Amino acid sequence: MTTITKLPDPPTGGTKKAGTLAPVRKGQRIGDLKMALVFIFPAMIGFVVFFLIPTIRGVYLSFTEYSILGDPTWIGVKNYVSIFADELFWNSMAVTVQYVAINIGFQTVIALGLALLMHRVAKSTFIRGALLLPFFVANVIVALLWFWMLDYQLGIVNEVINWMGLPRIAFFGSEQWAIPTIAAVNVWRHMGYTALLIFAGLQAIPQHVYEVASLDGASPTRTFWGITIPLLRPVLVLVLVVTVIGSFQVFDTVAVTTGGGPINASRVIQMYIYQKAFTESDFGYASALSVILFVILALVAFIQMKFLKGNESDLD
Amino acid sequence: MTTTSPSRQDAGRPSARRGADAPIKPVITKPRKPINWGRAGAWALVVIALIVTIAPFLWMLRTALSSNHSLAANAGNLLPADFSWGAFKRVMGLQTPEEAIAEGGSGAAINFWWYLRSSIIVSTLVTAGQVFFSAMAAYAFSRLRWPGREKVFALFLATMMVPPIFTALPNFLMIKNLGLLNTYAGIILPFLFMTPFAIFFLRQFFMSMSREVEEAAMLDGAKKFRIFFQIVLPNAAAPMATLALLTFVGTWNEYFWPLLVGQDENVRVLTVGLGVFKSQSPQGAPDWSGLMAATLIAALPVLLLFIAFGKKVVNSIGFSGVK
Repeated sequence: MTTITKLPDPPTGGTKKAGTLAPVRKGQRIGDLKMALVFIFPAMIGFVVFFLIPTIRGVYLSFTEYSILGDPTWIGVKNYVSIFADELFWNSMAVTVQYVAINIGFQTVIALGLALLMHRVAKSTFIRGALLLPFFVANVIVALLWFWMLDYQLGIVNEVINWMGLPRIAFFGSEQWAIPTIAAVNVWRHMGYTALLIFAGLQAIPQHVYEVASLDGASPTRTFWGITIPLLRPVLVLVLVVTVIGSFQVFDTVAVTTGGGPINASRVIQMYIYQKAFTESDFGYASALSVILFVILALVAFIQMKFLKGNESDLD
Repeated sequence: MTTTSPSRQDAGRPSARRGADAPIKPVITKPRKPINWGRAGAWALVVIALIVTIAPFLWMLRTALSSNHSLAANAGNLLPADFSWGAFKRVMGLQTPEEAIAEGGSGAAINFWWYLRSSIIVSTLVTAGQVFFSAMAAYAFSRLRWPGREKVFALFLATMMVPPIFTALPNFLMIKNLGLLNTYAGIILPFLFMTPFAIFFLRQFFMSMSREVEEAAMLDGAKKFRIFFQIVLPNAAAPMATLALLTFVGTWNEYFWPLLVGQDENVRVLTVGLGVFKSQSPQGAPDWSGLMAATLIAALPVLLLFIAFGKKVVNSIGFSGVK
């Protein structure tokens, strides 16, 4: 689960003379090293065994041929060369990018709208809580719920479509609808959460900026494009980086609804990696695919931060 | 997270300023108020958003309380079609296969009591271990002084960028080599000790704690261990509770990892169980009532937690600052 939360509030009560980090004092070169080793020991085991070593091993495996049985055999960059010529890989990338574009496009616009509504009109915590609800329910549950509601024969959505005199839609069953449908389901799950993140950003915009704008007689539209959006940019970029990276790794929804089909229409990259590793037992190839996914995600984050200048605020 | 800190500092400024400008404030804010019909339109959008968000859950309940055979004839009926508890009995394993098949189920053994138990075991242990061990590490990273502290922390943080699928494959091989496939240990271990996020989250809090409390305790001759357990942890109860809630829900909802290492019925968690149930459901005439009853059971604990602590969660999302 990708989560961003605000950092916890500093403890209330007690003087807030807190330093950021404990300074290293004279005569304490080694400081609390012994004690620190004790405190950090469990986390260090978890980190080394389940994060650090697997990361290194994942890179190593991508240069091998490995089918679980026996030992990995070093084959150099052969996996990468094969991937480059692999039509299913390119298809999965195209499908994933299509998913990300639809998912992020709608989600960001809707969430921005909801955030503005939360900020200007509906200020109650109850409403914010209600809109956040789907985010706390598992992907699998959300996927199955919509799989039922969007069913071709009996789903309530198709009942409504039928009642309006339109032809029924095979949401999960047709090649052109599968990805937009899965994207829409995840928009539904994430829109409230994304809206809350943007809402928090809106609250951080100083009131006096708006006051000056309204004194200058700026229209609401002008205020929105001229003030709200530029001042919100750092938060928007951060939200985009996190949601795009999460979106690239879509799996659960696909796995329990279409399983990648019909044909290859919804075989997203993570689904492809999963199938390579666990259906075809080709761990070397699957590892090379995940290295590529990793590189793509790093590039996406880098490009977004750089070109949208996410790390600079316009407030100064 | 870090990028918002500049705006957070700035956010403090206007309120101080506003104090001085107080008398003219009503005059300048007035033109900003949207006119009435705009406000009505905005509220209409809020209501639509709420309906779109809540209605599917009601539909889940409505379907779960219907008998499966009557769904087809009453597809558009808003109330349960031919009210029945059958779907719940079916997924709880309280019906014989014959009864289940007669009511539209697959007849395959399915027991959501059992999966519920697995989900509770896994989520509770992961939450307890992760929050506690991460708190210990966060303490070492913030309140203890030792050489190399910043470098080690940076290394921890760097792994936050690694996508879960990347470590999932080698971790699967390791769990397999350890002979822990289809055991609770295999599902739990990778998340028991830490996540970079949990340490980062708690370290941030510990850094902001007042030093004086600790120093006073030092004068009394208390040892670091006692400080940690008697002063630091109790003071950090609130952020640790938030973190625990997020960890619990995240683990409860996890599908990918337990799918890899915990397919076996004995350790199958709810999310994996749902996937299996869906794939066993008769093609052509799926057991929709049963499926919705099962999703409802899987969602209920999280929904209850959310109702109990929702306000806290809502306020913890976003970036700290104003108001």
